[in-house]
Amino acid sequence: MADPVLRVRGITKRFGTLVANEDISLALGAGEVLALLGENGAGKSTLVSILFGHYVADAGAVEAFGAQLPAGDPAAALAAGIGMVHQHFTLADNLTVLENVMLGTEPLWRARSGITDARARLVDIAARFGLAVHANAQVGSLSVGERQRVEILKALYRGARILILDEPTAVLTPQESERLFATLKQFVAAGLAVIFISHKLDEVMAVADRIAVLRAGRLIADVARATTNKAELAQWMVGRAIAAAPSRSQRPPGANVLQMDDVHVAVPGRPALRGASLAVARGEIVAIAGVSGNGQATLADLLFGLVRATAGTLRLDGAVYAAGPRGVIATGVARVPADRRALGSVGDLSLWENAAIERVRTPAFARVGVLRRAAMRAFGRELVTRFDVRGPGLPDGSGLDAPASQLSGGNLQKLILGRALSIGRRAAGDARLIIADQPTWGLDIGAVAAIHARLIAVRDDGGAVLVISEDLDEIFALADRIAVMNHGRIIETRAAREWTLADLGLAMAEQRAA
Amino acid sequence: MRLETRDKVSRSAAIVAPLGAVAVTLVISALLVTWAGAPVLRSFGALLEGGFGSRFALAETLTRATPLIFTGLAAAVAFRARFFNIGAEGQLYLGALAAVAVGGQLGNAFELPASVLFVAMIVAAALAGSAWLAIAAVLRTRLAVDEVVITLLANFIVLLFVSWMLDGPMKDPTAMGWPQSASLPAELELSKLIERTRLHSGFVIALGCAVAVWAVSKFTAFGFEARAVGANAQAARFAGVQVDATVIKTALFSGALAGLAGAIEVAGRTSYVTLDMSPGYGYAGIVVAMLAALHPLAVVPAAIFIAGMFVGADSMSRAVSVPTYIADVIVAVSLLAVLVATQVVRYRIRW
Repeated sequence: MADPVLRVRGITKRFGTLVANEDISLALGAGEVLALLGENGAGKSTLVSILFGHYVADAGAVEAFGAQLPAGDPAAALAAGIGMVHQHFTLADNLTVLENVMLGTEPLWRARSGITDARARLVDIAARFGLAVHANAQVGSLSVGERQRVEILKALYRGARILILDEPTAVLTPQESERLFATLKQFVAAGLAVIFISHKLDEVMAVADRIAVLRAGRLIADVARATTNKAELAQWMVGRAIAAAPSRSQRPPGANVLQMDDVHVAVPGRPALRGASLAVARGEIVAIAGVSGNGQATLADLLFGLVRATAGTLRLDGAVYAAGPRGVIATGVARVPADRRALGSVGDLSLWENAAIERVRTPAFARVGVLRRAAMRAFGRELVTRFDVRGPGLPDGSGLDAPASQLSGGNLQKLILGRALSIGRRAAGDARLIIADQPTWGLDIGAVAAIHARLIAVRDDGGAVLVISEDLDEIFALADRIAVMNHGRIIETRAAREWTLADLGLAMAEQRAA
Repeated sequence: MRLETRDKVSRSAAIVAPLGAVAVTLVISALLVTWAGAPVLRSFGALLEGGFGSRFALAETLTRATPLIFTGLAAAVAFRARFFNIGAEGQLYLGALAAVAVGGQLGNAFELPASVLFVAMIVAAALAGSAWLAIAAVLRTRLAVDEVVITLLANFIVLLFVSWMLDGPMKDPTAMGWPQSASLPAELELSKLIERTRLHSGFVIALGCAVAVWAVSKFTAFGFEARAVGANAQAARFAGVQVDATVIKTALFSGALAGLAGAIEVAGRTSYVTLDMSPGYGYAGIVVAMLAALHPLAVVPAAIFIAGMFVGADSMSRAVSVPTYIADVIVAVSLLAVLVATQVVRYRIRW
């Protein structure tokens, strides 16, 4: 490439122990659409946040038009001609399109507003790129696709020559996406450069000139579109060799524990379930794969007891699935939520209080409303020992009284898993149904191995395990069967060995008519 | 500029911060005292002397602290569960009114032993406060109505209601036209703790309540659940805690404590209800609870501190002619300083 308009060199960014970007170097030429392809959590958003100055990289530098950008300064990025269109729009609904576009571009103390000039300029830009909008329309009355156009106009109005679009098609209908792609082609024809973030193979192949694939924070491939294909991209995106699976006993699964038929859940403001069907049997691990936002989180909330099904049947061992978290706990379902700090634990309470909280109203831990604190503490100590929860003052000493927020992510997760598995503990062993949502998200390798070993042990013991994960390595490491979730439905279920990575990637990214 | 949570709270910071808060309070109030043209040391001396310096001063401070302990506990209990009861003032008046209605007027109608009547009076006051706050709690849990607005505005409804009762159904016919209720019979009044002062056994009841509230919070399943809901309602719900029921129970508890403040004031000090019987004890209770970091036992010293400032400021103003408003300033500055100090201990500021 003759003269790159944007160049990143050796960008590295860590959040605690999580490496979000590792030594990434890329260049973007004028008149080029570069697609950043990767799964959720691969580091795409982190990288563009560094480009735009939202984050400061731990190492590396960003150059725009040959000049180095100051780190962590969005205003400087804007001035250098980098425009960002966020996934979640940043528009004021009660203002007009023109007012939204002008917002922040006028000096505060000027008496005369330059609204006439601004309108002329906006109309000119809109005409040049075929972005039809009514300048006087209220943004609140516009469709999602139109709002996105306003966001793009905003960036262009500020003189952007490099446009970054973060998952722009996530909110669009297929027809709107087509229009967006046509607009992007006009941009590059006019000499602008575009960075297009996506995890959808089809649209990347449709719109990009060059494709950079990120996985687990690393740049895996940087290729011209013409020299690659979807299968290869899927392979790069989801990872090559699968980590050797922990050993497990060979046994046929038993009777179905969880039986879900045509379940619908409609909760305003979040992905719906639209007729999901699934069964999990004794002695097997079923993993749900899917691109984030296709209803997996809603499925988890349903099984956790946090939301109710609006239609369909949900059964546990043949009986109607209990309602509400307390009811679900009482039937012996072990639950591990995705967000271990916001949902899985109460950070200000001590370890032993967190260990006992799910059963604090049962005779084990309270009699006539009075806590059996000694029993609670003893249980906390037992969990910490049995599940190898590590921290200062553990397992013996003052560590038990420390607030749960002080545990590292991996140790907190071990505590939550231990608590969950002890829920249905009866003579036979551990809980009979385990629901684990993103059980190892953001954990280090040691903690991942410990949690995986624990889940497989439960399965070998005859437990029914449902794992929801966005980490395909994890899915292949754990699952006996893999079910793909897409658009609120389970679209395909096969035994794990019958899936290839490429198949799975294609099924996850499959576009369905809306 | 943003705040970041400190990974570890250093032990020395946890000790230095409150001392710093006291120092800041002293410096700011000293500046104001100087501005008023009075000698700083003598003024502070007069303030301490007036609040704590004699048997009489101390008794007066503890008398004033008694309702503050109750309203402080009411706020601490509610705030702990993130239910912001700003209506202790109204609940206090309703409690006082209920106490007089049961103790005075029912007592006249039926022949009951004094001990039974006393218990009935206390229970009625607690129920009145609970029931009034329950409305806000139900609105919050069922309809997500903000309880701060409801409880705050409810205070004005109560004051108008009390005003009507004192000029109407509960008016004392012997009060020569003053708007005040009939008095409690003498056998229902609380005994004096110290001769020739106003300090009454209600103070001991307040101390008992502080210990009881602490015990409930620490040793009962309800107290545990209320703490969990206050710390992270979402996580508590996930763990099977019935969040709405816990909030309503907390509100009933908090309202009862504020209602008790009214009954104890009537039985211990005024013996009848007037419209000016509380100089804002309900609101000051919020300050008490915040100063005590919502800890039930710490409510007692916090209430005594605030009561001492107000009592001391009265005599200081006579001694060195600094306006009594200095007490308001000291209380307000100390609250702000303590709040800032606790934040500084927990967070660091990044520019």
